[in-house]
Order: sequence, then C-alpha cells, then structure tokens
Amino acid sequence: MTSPLQQKIKITGPSIVTANRTSDGAVIYRTAAKDWSTELGRAAIVRAADEARALLAESVADDLGAVGPYIAPVELSDGAVKPGNLREQIRLSGVTIGLPVQA
Amino acid sequence: MPLVKGGKITADTFVAIADDAALPEGGDVLVHAARFLGDPESFLRRAGKTGVIWPNNRDVDDLVPHLERLAVVALVFPSFRDGRAYSQARLLRERFHYRGELRAIGQVLRDQFVFMLRAGFDAFDVRKQGDAEAFAQTVKRYSVFYQPTGDGRITALHRRMQLRHSESAGL
Amino acid sequence: MYAYDEIDRTLVNERVSEFRDQVKRRLSGELTEDEFKMLRLQNGVYLQLHAYMFRVAIPYGTLSSQQLRRLAHVARRYDRGYGHFTTRQNIQYNWIKLVDLPDAMADLAEVGIHAMQTSGNNTRNVTSDQWAGVAPGEIEDPRIWAELLRQYTTLHPEFSFLPRKFKFAITASAHDRAAIKIHDIGLRLHKNAAGETGFEVLVGGGLGRTPFIGKTIKPFVAGRDLLSYVEAILRVYNQYGRRDNIYKARIKILVHELGIEKFAQEVEAEWLEMRDGALVLDDEVVEDIRSRFFYPAYEKLPHMPDELKKAAHDAKFEAWRKNSVFLHREQGYAIVTISLKPVGGPPGDATAEQMDALADLADTYSFGEIRVGHEQNLALPHVARRDLPALWKALDKLGLATPNVNLVSDIIACPGLDYCSLANARSIPIAQELTRRFANHETANLIGRLHINISGCINACGHHHVGHIGILGVEKNDEEFYQITIGGRADEKAELGHLIGPAVPYGDVADVVEDIVEAYLALRAQPDELFVDTVKRLGVEPFRERVYATR
Repeated sequence: MTSPLQQKIKITGPSIVTANRTSDGAVIYRTAAKDWSTELGRAAIVRAADEARALLAESVADDLGAVGPYIAPVELSDGAVKPGNLREQIRLSGVTIGLPVQA
Repeated sequence: MPLVKGGKITADTFVAIADDAALPEGGDVLVHAARFLGDPESFLRRAGKTGVIWPNNRDVDDLVPHLERLAVVALVFPSFRDGRAYSQARLLRERFHYRGELRAIGQVLRDQFVFMLRAGFDAFDVRKQGDAEAFAQTVKRYSVFYQPTGDGRITALHRRMQLRHSESAGL
Repeated sequence: MYAYDEIDRTLVNERVSEFRDQVKRRLSGELTEDEFKMLRLQNGVYLQLHAYMFRVAIPYGTLSSQQLRRLAHVARRYDRGYGHFTTRQNIQYNWIKLVDLPDAMADLAEVGIHAMQTSGNNTRNVTSDQWAGVAPGEIEDPRIWAELLRQYTTLHPEFSFLPRKFKFAITASAHDRAAIKIHDIGLRLHKNAAGETGFEVLVGGGLGRTPFIGKTIKPFVAGRDLLSYVEAILRVYNQYGRRDNIYKARIKILVHELGIEKFAQEVEAEWLEMRDGALVLDDEVVEDIRSRFFYPAYEKLPHMPDELKKAAHDAKFEAWRKNSVFLHREQGYAIVTISLKPVGGPPGDATAEQMDALADLADTYSFGEIRVGHEQNLALPHVARRDLPALWKALDKLGLATPNVNLVSDIIACPGLDYCSLANARSIPIAQELTRRFANHETANLIGRLHINISGCINACGHHHVGHIGILGVEKNDEEFYQITIGGRADEKAELGHLIGPAVPYGDVADVVEDIVEAYLALRAQPDELFVDTVKRLGVEPFRERVYATR
C-alpha cells in the first residue's frame, strides 16, 4: 500500500488536509498553525501540488494526534470555506439521514 | 536489534553473512537459503555453527534433509502482517520434529510474541528495545488457548474434559 | 445459547487487558498507527468517516436477554443510543471513542460478549441460520459445530495474519438461510448414506470485486474430522494465497486460479498428514459443547390455542401473524421475526430502548433468547403461539412489528456513504425511499417475496450481487450513481444477479425499482411465481426494456 506521500498529488482547486483525531475519531482539519481543528473555517488552504504535499507531509508526521490524513477539495464562496464534495460534506455535518435517536 | 531467547535478552553469537561475502574462519554464521543449499557440506564442515535464513515464500521441504545438523533456522516476517512464517514454524516443529533454535526475524513486534511462541519459535530478533524488555511480561498475557499446537499447552476443550473427569471422580 | 464457563470468560478478559494495553501504547506514541491498525482491526475497531466504528461479535446470531441489555447499555453509555445489526450477524456502533473502547469491551466481557476477530485478516464470526435449533426438519443444531469452530479459530496462532479476511457459515437445513455459498468456507451439515453426521464443505465463495459462488471441495467430511480438514484448508491458503494485491488475496482467487480439483488435492495432501492428530473431535468433546447449549423445557401446547382464535378478527394482528410468524419444530410454538425495517427507517438499526424492551419480551415470551439474522432482522425463537397476540401488541408499540419480512421493503443495506469511508455512494436514503414507495402492505403482499440488497461500494457488504434486485453505488463525475442487477439469490440455489443496463443517478433509483416491479407484475406467469423465478424464466431483457425505454 503506497503511503499518501508517495502517491501522485493532483490538485484541481483549493484544497485542505483532513484526518480523524486519534483519541475519539472526530473529524479534524490541518491549520496553518501546525495543529488541528474541528472547524473547517480554520483549515489551511493550499492551491498547488507542492504546497499540498508539504501540508500533507507535516500532517502525516503527527502520527500521535491524527489518523489517516489526506487531501480533500473545498469550495470557496463568499469568503466561506465549504466542503468540496459529498463525502466531505457528510464528514462535516454528519449523516444525511435522521438518526434513530437524537444524538 | 536485541535477541530474546529463554525469555530474556541474550547475546547473539550468530553473524549474518551477506550472500557475496566470504565466510569467516570460525564462529557461528547465518546464511540465506540459496547459499546454504548451494553447498551444504561446506557449511557443516566448518568449526562454528550454521544457521539458515529461510524465505517465507518457499516450502520448507528442501531444508528438511539438513535439519538435524542446523543450529538455527530463521524464518522471516517481512511485515508483521505477513503470517506465512507461522505455518512454516509449525511444520518444522510438529511435522518435521526440528529441535534446534527457531528464530523469528523481520518486523518482530511485541503483540505477536504469544502467537510466535505457540507456533514454535524460541528465539526472537526483536525490532524494538522496549518490546524485548517487555518479553517476559507479554508472554503472560494469555492463560487460555483454544487450539492445539506443538507447544504442549493443554487446550480449553481438553481442560474441560479433565475438570469433568475430576468432578465425577469426586476429587 | 452457549453458556460461557470460566475458561471462556478468562480468555475474553485477557483479550480486553491486552487491548487496553495496546490503546495505552498507541496514545503514548509507543505504537505507530501503522503498527496499531491491524491490532485494533483484530478487535473490531474501524475508522470511518466521522468516528471510530466498533463491530461486536454475536456468534452464530444467538443472544441472551442479559447480553442484549448489555448491548443496549454500550449504545447508551459510549455511543449515540443505537446500534446497527449487520449482514454477518454482528452489531456495529458508529460513534465510539478509542479512549472508551477498553471500558466498553470490559462491560461486554462481563456477559460473555467480545469483538475478537470481527475485522482484520483472520477468521471472522462463524455465522449460521438464525433459526438454528428450532427450524422444523433440521438435521441437528448447527450452532454446536459453529461454537467448536469459533473456539478453534479464536486467536489461532498460525492463522491470525492470513492474506485476507476469512468467513465461515454453516447450515443444517435444506433451505439455506445462512448463505453458505457466498462464504470462504461454507458448511452444510447432513447425514450420509450410512447415517453418519458430517459436512459438505464448500470453498471460495465470496462477493466484492470478483464475486464467486462457492465450490464443493469435499462432499462429506465426518464431524470428527471437521477441525483438521479446516486446518488443512487454512494452511494451504495461508501459504499460497496472494499477498501482493489485496484485490486478489481472498481464497476464492486461489481456488479460481488453481482450479477446484488441484486445490482439493493440495488440501487433501496436507490433511492426510494431520487427520489423526490433536484436532480429532471425539464424541465426548462434542457432547460437552452440546451440553452447554440451553434448550427450553417446552410445554405440550396446542397448535390453535384460544388466544389465537380470539385474535383472528383483528386484521392488523393477522397481517403481522401471516407475515412474521414461522413454523417451529415444536408443536404449539412459533419463530417470530422482528422486522428492523420500519417505513422510512434505516434498515437494521435498533435503539437502546428497543433493545432493552426486546430483552424483556424475550424473557417473558422466548425463554430469554434472541436471534440475529443476516438479513438484518431479529427473531424470538421460542414463542408459544398462545402468546402471539400479547407479544404483537408489545412489539407494535415499539415499532418492531412492521409486517414486511421477506417483502420488497425488507431491504438489506450496508451503512454506505453516510457512515463508511469505503463507500462511493449512500445506501440508507435509497432504502428509506424504497420503504416509503412500497409502504402499502397489500401491494407488498401482492408482489410477494422480493429481496432488495443495497451496497454503497463494490466491497458488497450489502450482498447486492445476490439480491433479487441488487443496487450498487458507484461514483461518476463526483455524483452518486447506481448499477442495478436482478435475479441474484443467496440460498441453496445461489447465483449472481445480472446487470440490467447503465448506472442511473441517485434521484432515479426508486423509480427504476418501481419500473422493475411493475414489469414483474405484468410478466409473471401466475401470482405465486416469485420475482426471482420470473427473471430466471424470461431473462433480463424485458426488464431492461421497461426501465431504459425512457431513460
């Protein structure tokens, strides 16, 4: 299995690095301050492949804090950062169906 | 990488010799399978013991004729997730009655020590110092074993039978 | 159910201690994720889209009421108040924290529940017929043998790092409710001409990217030889299964590449070396395991008690009784299927409240026992027929009496893109919409038995290949599309479904299914010709025409 760093990195637009927090699996985003946040708005945005590679590399190095970092697309509209595909939308806002009980 | 034998970190007398390197005059050597099989007699004539590193993607059958004269057979875990050496180990011990040192090499980690012991390994070229130091502690993790291997431990099924018999015998 | 003794409990507790230590070492950095991942998988701990997911084993689908209550407790205490029953008779929790897992496991261990080997490249939960032990005409209870296999495969030192996952299923009935033909090893318990009990052994079944129906490797293996024969199969697989490509690593690929005859020869050669060794199962050992299974002291009861006669006027009760109540081997008793497929609900989910209430009902009406089926429904296996009206009233209040078992709205679906990091597309909302389209029970009964299976990706956890209608989520240009197959089946006549045409978008799926059903109603030879038989008779073409005429 190729490490994410060895895989070819292609950016088609503004992107971020996201992962899951080791202790509880929560969705987290890599910030420009070399840490993680659960808020998408605080994610560092990269626009070129080598920027993305660098951000990913430092994220992967934090093996203790985060599991499985990868690069994900975002959309920028009205200055707000939004998830760039359905999968990231679901990771941010939760399941699209009603849960059997209120969480 | 520390060698664990007899439950503790031990000095390793064996030196692994690269395929194209000359053999030393004396001393214990570990060589790869192909080199050994190329001329087994020359190895076994030396003063000093011989160990063979057997690849995990080759049947052990070709090694069997030489087992009695080998001091060490080393089986390989290229990744700890590659479990072929467990089968090789059991075959060597249980089918071919190999009695020499059976050494685990490669990515040998703490959480597989119990499995390895049960499969017949008695020496471990452990990747991490901390894991080697924790060996004695780690092997005490389990006291119940469901299935028989060559390690002589009684299985749960048979322990129940024993308990049943001793109950009915009024012991 | 099987009563754990101190020996079994000790093992589960030792496992929990080991995992607690592994979590500690992961959180301190002593173990990297690369080293930890396989260890957590071997304890059923996945990482999904939003959170960790914890898959707990329910061996051969049998639970005591005490165990069900403890599953409810875990849902409440460590998760978001519900659990999901899977196509392998396990339960999954979707929101669990790694730091809480050792405690959750310890709580489960207290009642003999564990999560060993519910994931990872090892031998998984041995599944069986959810009617085992109570189905009429069964040769003997297959769960005895499932338990022997469970113990044999648990923490097996030689087979804990196989090329890939390995799944067993066992049935003892002519009608296969355990889907043995789509398992790595499928076992059919039967008696040979000499009256001896043994197994037809099938190997190499499985779905996913390259689906295969299992092939018979040996028509009869005596009970005494079961474990040694399985060991021979596993050893051949461990040594020769591919490890260079995860998509070619299952035993089905090895069997396909060698051919079944050559594969059988390899296994036979290995088996002959060990057949009379330590794995022989003598009668005493089998009887000891059998003695630990609980069987109720059934009363002598009439088939048609007064309570049932009186309740017959209640149309709603009758609709449920005719749909969800099945014949039991013991006169006066019934097997009751509990539908977890309410209209508009996610298939296979149960809340903690429902689980607790069902545990109480099991105590009152089913000798404290519950079953889990691979179709993601539950069952109460020992209900006296005179208790059916009272039971129904209670189930109805809990939302557990939807009379749609085996019908079009009794859908099997994987969690899909709402939960799963492997998925291409969502499956649950598709299932929900379909239950709404087919909510009318008269219509559903008119259609008859029809199994819809939905998978959110090619890993096929929803078993779409063997659905009468199979729906597979794929990704096309960042949008959710679905391939539709028809004519699959998972039982003793197992076969893979056939694609009807190009993938359709998310919004069209429910319409397409309605079109397929309409085509079936128009084309069936008579009302009792099942959908799957109409497809067999006519092929895919008439359905393809209907669906793609306007698309």
